Amino acid sequence: MFAYAPVMIANAPYESSMGLVQKIFYFHVPSWFVMFTAVFICGIQSANFLFRRKPSADRIAVAAGELVVLFGLLGLVTGPLWGRKAWGVWWQWDARLTMALLLELIFIGYLLVRKYGGPGSEKLAAAMAIFGMANVPFVYVSVNIWRTVHPKTTVVPSLVPGMFGAFWFSVLAFMLLFVLLLTLRVRLEHQRAALDELYLAEEDL
Amino acid sequence: MKHLFRACCSVLLLAAPAAAFQPSAQGGFVPVTPLTAAEQLPAAPLLITAYAFVWVAVLVYVWSIWRRLGKVEHEMHALQQRARRDSR
Repeated sequence: MFAYAPVMIANAPYESSMGLVQKIFYFHVPSWFVMFTAVFICGIQSANFLFRRKPSADRIAVAAGELVVLFGLLGLVTGPLWGRKAWGVWWQWDARLTMALLLELIFIGYLLVRKYGGPGSEKLAAAMAIFGMANVPFVYVSVNIWRTVHPKTTVVPSLVPGMFGAFWFSVLAFMLLFVLLLTLRVRLEHQRAALDELYLAEEDL
Repeated sequence: MKHLFRACCSVLLLAAPAAAFQPSAQGGFVPVTPLTAAEQLPAAPLLITAYAFVWVAVLVYVWSIWRRLGKVEHEMHALQQRARRDSR
């Protein structure tokens, strides 16, 4: 499906003012959709871990946290490539772009705290993830509240049929890819937990 | 000194006709529409770079998970073997 998406994108109609470069939209926006989904999974599972003390929730949270950074990076790289042609600049320090960058930085911070924070850092990282999740609605509506060069949220609902099909096909492909990567990453966390238990059992002997 | 003066005068006399044909300085910018294709920033390299980046990033990430998973499984296997050996 991920391999067929370019065919759908190539067959989608050209946008009148931006032309060919507008086709970046078909993987730039799905990247952000997936990133927001990953942020919600990470935030909800972090809350689960903090308030219900479920270790399995923490494993899902860290897996989703890593995917937040990956898909955020895809959005942050593809966006300026589109903007260079459409706006004439690589980057603009406006509300949407700056808030999206901050969201990415929060989750890079989340991973760094987990990796180098020492014992007990999972709880601090979980609180950071909840804070990051609270940021998502602001990032999403920022284009409607503040004056920005970025297109508004009305673009997606107003897509013409040719663009609509290609766009939602790409979104579905990205979502399936996300589910696959999340499954693999959670498996890695489960294996790590099993390894830790083996080490603890060996110490007890 | 005399030679230098003569040389300067010669240069000025020779340069005078060239200066007469210089275009006048631009007083303002004139917009052009539509822009010729040669003057436009090409879109294809930007689109291809964006698409290639997505693929490369995903493949690198899959490879990193595969490598980390392999390392953990190898460590588990070694630990289990050691535990079995010790129990004998």
